[in-house]
Amino acid sequence: MTDSSQPTPVVRVSGVDKQFTVGHGVTTALDGIDLEIGRGEFVSLIGPSGCGKSTLLRLIGDLTAPTAGSVEVNGKPAHAARRGREYGMVFQAPVLFEWRSVSDNVKLPLELLGMDRSERDARAREMLALVELSDFASHHPYQLSGGMQQRVAIARALALQPSILLMDEPFGALDEMTRERMNAEVLRIWQQTGTTIVFVTHSIPEAVFLSTRVAVMSARPGRITHVVDVALPQPRNDETREDPRYFRHVTEVREALRSGGALGAEPALVSEERMAAEGGIG
Amino acid sequence: MTAAAPSVGVPLPPRPGRLLRMGRTVRYYVPAIMVFIGVIVLWELAVRGFGMQAFILPAPSAIGAALVENWGAGRWPLFEAARVTLFEAVGGLLIGTTVGLIVAFGIARWATARDAVLPFAIAANAIPIIAIAPIFNAWFGITNPLSKMMIAALLVFFPIMINVTRGLTQVEPSALELMRSYAASDWEILRKLRLPNALPYFLTALKVATTLSLIGAIVGEYFGGASNVIGRVVVQSASALRFDVTWAAILLGAITGIAFYLAIVALERVLIPWHSTVRGEHPG
Ligand SMILES: Nc1ncnc2c1ncn2[C@@H]1O[C@H](COP(=O)(O)OP(=O)(O)OP(=O)(O)O)[C@@H](O)[C@H]1O
Ligand SMILES: [Mg+2]
Repeated sequence: MTDSSQPTPVVRVSGVDKQFTVGHGVTTALDGIDLEIGRGEFVSLIGPSGCGKSTLLRLIGDLTAPTAGSVEVNGKPAHAARRGREYGMVFQAPVLFEWRSVSDNVKLPLELLGMDRSERDARAREMLALVELSDFASHHPYQLSGGMQQRVAIARALALQPSILLMDEPFGALDEMTRERMNAEVLRIWQQTGTTIVFVTHSIPEAVFLSTRVAVMSARPGRITHVVDVALPQPRNDETREDPRYFRHVTEVREALRSGGALGAEPALVSEERMAAEGGIG
Repeated sequence: MTAAAPSVGVPLPPRPGRLLRMGRTVRYYVPAIMVFIGVIVLWELAVRGFGMQAFILPAPSAIGAALVENWGAGRWPLFEAARVTLFEAVGGLLIGTTVGLIVAFGIARWATARDAVLPFAIAANAIPIIAIAPIFNAWFGITNPLSKMMIAALLVFFPIMINVTRGLTQVEPSALELMRSYAASDWEILRKLRLPNALPYFLTALKVATTLSLIGAIVGEYFGGASNVIGRVVVQSASALRFDVTWAAILLGAITGIAFYLAIVALERVLIPWHSTVRGEHPG
């Protein structure tokens, strides 16, 4: 499953550069990115702030175009995949429409697809059950907590049964306890749906706990410096966090980040990882 | 299962009872009502105590009496005056709102429309209403209610246009990105994102516009036209030194404006119950 050299990967990023022109200056956000992601994989992108994680995710999702190189999704150019509605996206903020009820928010992509009403209702019910929010279907977003709102966003992203789910620091705004619960939930959903997930995070323990592979990036210019295979058994649960192999991988990712020159720039990564390693949470 | 139901799910948690809520509403307004009654009583006492002349300030009781006396009969039938003035204001509101909406949609859609139209809109807004009122009276017929409507419309146009443009364009970038990730068309983005986003902006502008439309209509009336309208009653009763009637007309104008405003507030509660300005409880 973690074999990245399958015949048709879900994502194939080859030789991608991305530059932004601001005024007269040019920022190289990404430089020579190659990445292949196979069906059913869970790949995390980790790296210091500004190293281009979001940009890479947006390139995969065809929300921005590469300066050089190509992005293919399911064997097609990314824009064809987007037009074919093969993506689900979850951002750091839930981005729910406040004028829609929870279930109507989940139905948004289904309406855009032109699915008929009875089918929409059934699918929204199914998705809300998946994120355990069935009792809140007719609530409005402002009546939910941040974690619940993010679960609605996940339900919405999964409603089209996308072949690939792109998540950009989806739990960055949540407290540590909620975050761990959400991690478990994402793993459960991943296992239940078999969706391929690309997940951006700042947290080493989160990346190791969730992923089949962790792509470690360095900043200026943004590059993938290491890819760490996480050989931890599935399904992952609280015991995973006590597995010696888990600590080994956490250390491996941390060292990869350090050799990329990342840790000096971002000491927060160290303390976060230490907190988890000491088992003080959960 | 319930295939035709527009939305399914569990009902919201029980809300506080109707009576309880009414009680709370009443209690909320008690201080304002007390202040109001206090001011009226002080006013009455001051006018009587100091023997103030009616042309300076009539007593509230005298104003009330004038209102009742002239409600349907006499030289200044106040109810009829308020009805006609409200008609002019509503007409102006409709015209100004319609034009404001059309321009706002054009501006939001095409940048060239913005560059072409915005300078003129700003110029129109800068014209002092007092200066334009006699001209509009001449253009649209001094006795034709349309002349007053156009003055009101001119006042209403700008806030509607600016606010609706803002509501249509100031959409969260991440929401646009979400729509784009679903390959939504411009039309779908307009219908499902920009329009609902603009609705609270529109209603806020509409609340301001109700008051403005009445001001526009009354200012237009000052410069002549049919005699039984609020503006004319104010001018003529003042020159006849019937200040009790003048005050009664002003009072009626204010009440009409407040009622007009509250109608939009009620509309707001129906149309955007989810919006933070409408829903009672604020999180946190
Ligand atoms: N629209 C844009 N215009 C100009 N520069 C941009 C734009 N988007 C990103 N950049 C630049 O590209 C680089 C990478 O940005 P990106 O948002 O991908 O970083 P990131 O790894 O997601 O950071 P963070 O962890 O803080 O979210 C940054 O230097 C940023 O300034
Ligand atoms: Mg980012």
